[in-house]
Amino acid sequence: MTRVAPQLDDGPAAWRFVPRNLAPLGAALGLALLMHFVFQPAAGSFASKLALDIAVNIILAVSLTMVNGFTGQFSMGTAGFMAVGGYAAAAVTYYGSFRLYGSPNPPAGILSAFGDPTGLPLPWLQSGDLMFVAACLFGGLVAAGAGYIVGLPSLRLRGDYLAIVTLGFGEIVRVVLQTSERRLSNAEQIAGTPWPKLLTHLGGSLGFTSIPYFTTLFWVWLAAVLTLVVAYRMKRSSYGRAFLSIREDEVAAEAMGVCTTKFKVRAFVISSFFAGVAGALIAHQVQSINAGELGFQRSFDVIIMVVLGGMGSISGAVLAAGVLTVLPELLRFMADYRMVVYALALIVMMIVRPQGLFGVREVWEVGPFRRRAAGSGAPGGGAT
Amino acid sequence: MNAALQTFFETLINGLAVGSLYALVALGYTMVYGILKFINFAHSDIVVLGAWIAFVLARSLGYATPDAAAPWYAGLLILLVAMTACGAIGYAVERLAYKPLRGAPRLNVLITAIGVSLFLQNTGQLSFLFGASPQRMPSLLPDTPLLTVFGARVSLVDVVGAGTAVLLMVGLEYLIFHTKLGRAMRAVSYNTSVASLMGVNVNAVISFTFVVGSALAAAAGFLYSMKYVGIKQPADAGWVMLGLKAFVAAVVGGIGNIRGAMIGGVMIGLLEFFGAAYVSTQYRDVYVFALLILVLLFRPAGLFGRATVEKV
Repeated sequence: MTRVAPQLDDGPAAWRFVPRNLAPLGAALGLALLMHFVFQPAAGSFASKLALDIAVNIILAVSLTMVNGFTGQFSMGTAGFMAVGGYAAAAVTYYGSFRLYGSPNPPAGILSAFGDPTGLPLPWLQSGDLMFVAACLFGGLVAAGAGYIVGLPSLRLRGDYLAIVTLGFGEIVRVVLQTSERRLSNAEQIAGTPWPKLLTHLGGSLGFTSIPYFTTLFWVWLAAVLTLVVAYRMKRSSYGRAFLSIREDEVAAEAMGVCTTKFKVRAFVISSFFAGVAGALIAHQVQSINAGELGFQRSFDVIIMVVLGGMGSISGAVLAAGVLTVLPELLRFMADYRMVVYALALIVMMIVRPQGLFGVREVWEVGPFRRRAAGSGAPGGGAT
Repeated sequence: MNAALQTFFETLINGLAVGSLYALVALGYTMVYGILKFINFAHSDIVVLGAWIAFVLARSLGYATPDAAAPWYAGLLILLVAMTACGAIGYAVERLAYKPLRGAPRLNVLITAIGVSLFLQNTGQLSFLFGASPQRMPSLLPDTPLLTVFGARVSLVDVVGAGTAVLLMVGLEYLIFHTKLGRAMRAVSYNTSVASLMGVNVNAVISFTFVVGSALAAAAGFLYSMKYVGIKQPADAGWVMLGLKAFVAAVVGGIGNIRGAMIGGVMIGLLEFFGAAYVSTQYRDVYVFALLILVLLFRPAGLFGRATVEKV
């Protein structure tokens, strides 16, 4: 070694590189297992359902943060992407169970909701679980494809036009899904129908029902933490800086060599992937999905989380997702006024603190922790 | 042959009747956009409020019972009161929510507008106001067919509705292009800072724009509920769709362009009804948004708008 690196942090030394990349994955797995085996039995079914909703909302809020927060675009299509992902995944698991296992109940390990491992060689993970994971990824990918199509017009559109297009997209998705053909339930009929044809039988206006029950705290928290890791890493990478630069000043970003079009579309694609996964997870928990219920009202819920948490703050979005999921339960006695209060909060927030509670900063970068975080030098040491 | 002609004319009449209402709503969007450069998401909720205020008024005047025949001036009275009330609400919304954000980034104003929209929807739904259950608008006009064109009935409601809409639009046209106030509005929309240097009271003009836009929206809401008597709850998706289609009309006509909004509204109405009648009813919302996306892709400034280049 002839050259002495002034800062160890800069070197891609393998011994630092590997744990750094594996640690978040381990943390995700650990937290997910903890939620599944410790929290769920201890907290009971009501709190577990709440924890599940929190995780799903975290995924949604963080995914929307990538577009509305980092990139400064305004998407109102979250519910549409959820619907796309949810229906796609539901079609895979529902028809897949018939095709692969000949019954609507695929084998599942103890990590899944209906998991009954007795007498099976691998009690943790069954092939049904793998199908479920594959379905979630497929749902995410289909949603990402939809995100690409919606993101494309953003080359020519700014801010509010884009918002309208995403809203319109959500409505188109709703109408198309609601006019799909009825769900097939006859095993022989399903076996005799080719896959592309099966994908048009999505339940129509009744929604897709009888979806296998897979989603547990394990799967949602695993997905939530992985979403957080991706979002955080992205924000700290050159990618994230490109996103942020577009948000700050599009013209200046272009002048600095950021291909704004490409990055806007990328933000859309990545964000809608996660929204699609969230939709898939919900579909396999509720066991049904109905595009009619995934209107723009649902998108607004997520937008409120992102705006209140801070446009661009991942931890802010997480916090807002948690608080806004629990709050309605605590405020049940004033259920009618819940949305009135939210709306007022939104307006007052925009007037008093337009950047949201945390702005682009993360929770640990404000308040008493601020100095320590600033003093530690290179950012992004650990994971979440 | 005759049946085909009848379908055609029925569709045409419905399309024109609803399209003229879209045009009324679109005018509010386009005027606000022309001046403040943001989509007033709360505009569709003003439409809803107009319909509900009209309903409450009609009920309290005792026209809700089926046998109580409303006098001819009842509709006009209700129309004027609803327009005044919504004008006041529009003024208040502008003053309280949008004025503090003058000069703020557009995204913030947009979010505020969504907040105002959610606020109006959910406040209107509270039980002491309008409640959360759909209601039926009493018919203030006798349901008499005026004439039949190839078997298609032209009913009084359609004629009065479209006629009122056209009258209001002619009035607006006069206001904007032939009065001093209208010249001030056009000046502010063209260049706000220069207009204020020329002695135009910009804030007053903006407030006035909101009042006019909201009054037109209220009229549209009332007329719409006369045609489709089932008024839905304030937070119903159907209302938002009405507002969105009107917005699409404004964009198609070239946002900021008054005449474009009128033509755009009628176009959207015709597209929706002809699409529903001749292609498929289920996709009636899809046509409108598909048209929006096409227009934005190929003529982002709208059919009648002029493209502007953003200067740095």
